[in-house]
Amino acid sequence: MDWIMNPWPWYVGGPLIALILFLLLYFGKSFGMSSNLRTLCTICGAGNQSDFFKLDWKKQQWNLLVAAGAIIGGWIASTYLTADSSVLIHKDTIAKLHQLNIKSAGKAYLPEELFSLTNFLKPKVFSALALGGLFVGFGARYAGGCTSGHAISGLSNLQLVSLYAVIGFFIGGLFMNHFLLPYIL
Amino acid sequence: MFKSEAASWFRIYEMFQFKSFHMYGIIGSALAFGVLITQGIKRFQLKSAYGEPIVIPDKTKSFYRYSIGGIIFGLGWGLSGACPGPIFTLLGAGFLPILVVLVFALLGTWLYGMIMHKLPH
Repeated sequence: MDWIMNPWPWYVGGPLIALILFLLLYFGKSFGMSSNLRTLCTICGAGNQSDFFKLDWKKQQWNLLVAAGAIIGGWIASTYLTADSSVLIHKDTIAKLHQLNIKSAGKAYLPEELFSLTNFLKPKVFSALALGGLFVGFGARYAGGCTSGHAISGLSNLQLVSLYAVIGFFIGGLFMNHFLLPYIL
Repeated sequence: MFKSEAASWFRIYEMFQFKSFHMYGIIGSALAFGVLITQGIKRFQLKSAYGEPIVIPDKTKSFYRYSIGGIIFGLGWGLSGACPGPIFTLLGAGFLPILVVLVFALLGTWLYGMIMHKLPH
């Protein structure tokens, strides 16, 4: 059972993501997680404020079901299928994070400095999480998709524009990682 | 997502440091199978479970919206270490502070809907 309880290698995780893509396509749907954010806005009544949110959310139920599945999957995996959730990243990365005062690097699933119940309410941490979320939500809709919609679905369909989007993801991510995060953390 | 550690902030940080093949392996192998699946469906005109032809719509053509939107998304991804899928996974795994990211991601989506007509597409 060790192979289930230990972290899964990339050659298990990647093909499983492709399997989700196949199942959604086979049932005549498309694979994209950030569409759920738009649907949730619609459910909250944003349709009265912008035509962008005037959609029949019942047609999006499939995608919401995938999101619900992700929640349940996260719960099952963390509760029953994980012995030690520490993420063993590269030792250089751990050393670098220690320098940036992220002492939980190598010992936790998420940095406790950002995601623990006592730390996340600190004004600096809260603003960082909020800003990150805002950019993810805004950027995903502006770009018409996120990692699943562009890097997986879009590139699989050989869409040139998805390549622009994925290059953008990496420009933004690298800039944040190398130039901004050292000041934020 | 949880078990392959793609939902871990640390893995995303490490990916942008180019220190491990892990995340590239996940995205790369998902993409390799994805290309086979998608192109296979198109080539053999596979029918869906309901017996209808599977139509995969092309994305609209544009440069600005994908590159600018992509960069904004990347900034958020690099900071919060979570893209929309893992946000839901982490919520299920009991990391409640991820709700901050989720609520503000909804606000970001709403903001886009409010000002989209003023943005270059």
